Amino acid sequence: MNIHEYQGKEILKKYGVRIQDGIVVDTPERAVEAYRSIAERTGSKFVVVKSQIHAGGRGKGQIQGLEQRGVQVAKSPDQVREIATNLLGNVLVTHQTGPEGKKVNKIFLAEDAYYPGASEPKEYYISILLDRAKGCPVIMASTEGGMDIEEVAEHTPEKIIKEWVDPRVGLQGFQARKIAFAFGLSGNAFKEMVKFITSLYTAYWESDASMFEINPVLKTSDDKIMAIDAKVNLDDNALIRHPELAIMRDTNEEDPLEVEAGESNLNYVKLDGNVGCMVNGAGLAMGTMDLIKLSGGEPANFLDVGGGANAKTVEAGFRIILKDPNVKAILINIFGGIVRCDRVATGVVEAYKAIGNIPVPIIVRLQGTNAEEGARIINESGLKVYSAIEFKEAAAKVTEVLKSLGL
Amino acid sequence: MSVLVNKNSKIIVQGFTGSEGTFHAQQMIEYGTNVVGGVTPGKGGQSHLDRPVFNTVADAVNTTGADVSIIFVPPAFAADAIMEAADAGIKVIVCITEGIPTKDMMLAKEYITTKDCRLIGPNCPGVMTADECKVGIMPGFIFKKGTIGIVSKSGTLTYEAVDQLTKAGLGQTTAIGIGGDPIIGTTTKEAVELLMNDPETEGIVMIGEIGGSMEADAAYWIKANGTKPVVGFIAGQTAPKGRRMGHAGAIIGGADDTAAAKMRIMSECGIFVVESPALIGETMLKALGRD
Repeated sequence: MNIHEYQGKEILKKYGVRIQDGIVVDTPERAVEAYRSIAERTGSKFVVVKSQIHAGGRGKGQIQGLEQRGVQVAKSPDQVREIATNLLGNVLVTHQTGPEGKKVNKIFLAEDAYYPGASEPKEYYISILLDRAKGCPVIMASTEGGMDIEEVAEHTPEKIIKEWVDPRVGLQGFQARKIAFAFGLSGNAFKEMVKFITSLYTAYWESDASMFEINPVLKTSDDKIMAIDAKVNLDDNALIRHPELAIMRDTNEEDPLEVEAGESNLNYVKLDGNVGCMVNGAGLAMGTMDLIKLSGGEPANFLDVGGGANAKTVEAGFRIILKDPNVKAILINIFGGIVRCDRVATGVVEAYKAIGNIPVPIIVRLQGTNAEEGARIINESGLKVYSAIEFKEAAAKVTEVLKSLGL
Repeated sequence: MSVLVNKNSKIIVQGFTGSEGTFHAQQMIEYGTNVVGGVTPGKGGQSHLDRPVFNTVADAVNTTGADVSIIFVPPAFAADAIMEAADAGIKVIVCITEGIPTKDMMLAKEYITTKDCRLIGPNCPGVMTADECKVGIMPGFIFKKGTIGIVSKSGTLTYEAVDQLTKAGLGQTTAIGIGGDPIIGTTTKEAVELLMNDPETEGIVMIGEIGGSMEADAAYWIKANGTKPVVGFIAGQTAPKGRRMGHAGAIIGGADDTAAAKMRIMSECGIFVVESPALIGETMLKALGRD
């Protein structure tokens, strides 16, 4: 589960990681209030206004139809009001959102961290994530703060330091020191960096995160180390033991069809193709998407109805798929192991009748337990459904249907 | 011959008396699997499916001599069940449970490295040696004793491959469902290696999916050490970047874990890569020169 920057920073703060603090608001009026309170506390007139959406590239991103970037520094209440009005309720397009962009519902007003002082501010990069191959967390750090880490990895891989953590003993002091030394820090900044990394690891571990990416980590002009941004991804499987984190979910950031599917316990991911599909098992669901593509179509979705496919789940699946206006045909692909094909077939027929008129052709491929019985039920139902048993047959039927639709 | 489990394996079921455990234990017994008992803490001394129930895995091992365990325990307690089995001396631990927190698996995997055992899964359909032993949830009737071994991250795609191999007249030795989680006990490479060393296995089907580097690791190993034809498929050629496709591990992070990248490496390493999952059986026939 992804969370917003301001929520990630709340977690960091709880574990003693210094953050560029601020106030999250959802109206221009509250933005002005927040500005006054921050300016009073810091004694600086500079405040950064940051759009809160689940996508990176906000700083360079552009609000649709306006000359307004997703992140901007303001130095007066009037300017804050103007920026907040431009951002809130409007759509921000960044290189990560796709051309459709994401609506900004909240903005985070952050204190000025780049104030002048004894030394130059300097930005770093630190992230903690799972190394799947090694089966342990890895800390990735770089002096190239503010840059996209994938670009750093491609062009100057030698600038990335990796430190693997033994999960049984956790992060050790020498590991945090190694990174701080590699950054070339000394004195108070060094001490602050060691503390920063140590607390960051604790936050990552204790919140069952999949990723914490802090980019940039800032060394301020007075040698404090703080998180300017926070990109956090939490392990969905562990949310059950973190109710305080589970409530951070923002369904506004998710596709409404995906939210609806989740409520029916269906695993659905919306894609932008023209052939919908409903499958049992995640691997077969991906394989079915691939088969649709090879047959001349484009998959409109991923949908795993799981091991207990029945009339109710099939109906729920149909209803979700049919809400996507791009869907021109539907392929149902069930390999009945424990699930019996005749039951699924009955489910398809019942769902079809319950929904009434399904306006797109349907191809049903039932294989495995009682497959022939399933095919018979489909064929005798009188519904306009193409039935197949072999996977190859299903592929051919998809091609045939797409041709008949002129696609 | 076969790998991991055979007709002599003595199997216990952890989470024996729960609904999942009961249903699948029954199916396993019907297939002819030697289920010698089960474990449900607090129900020791009872009998279930005509087999003894034990409070601990250690009790079950001491009494029955069990060497294989299958786990149907809810996600929050599954890592504990894995460690209990390892501690009790179980040699092959098969964990079916889906949804175990990654942190729990990190620690459990570290823990079992200190024990003499192999973990299959979690989030997997189990291990099945055709006509001998079913330690999992795969439908038994699609299997037929034969010569092809299967390694797969996905349940239903395994069934698909098994079915095609049976219809192609090749049959199976052992099918190993390694699981779709980011951290699993036995990697693709390790499972392929087991089958490569099995004298009865003449060919191997390797089914992977987007996410991670396990298929590439296996491919490099096959290139260096392979002695049998391998047919490979990677699910998720049409999956978008950054979205989790059902399995916790099926997510494209960077350029290396796309289906295209994996398929290219596998081809370069001499694996017969199929673009369509419908072509697994016939491609294996070709790879064996029997088409």
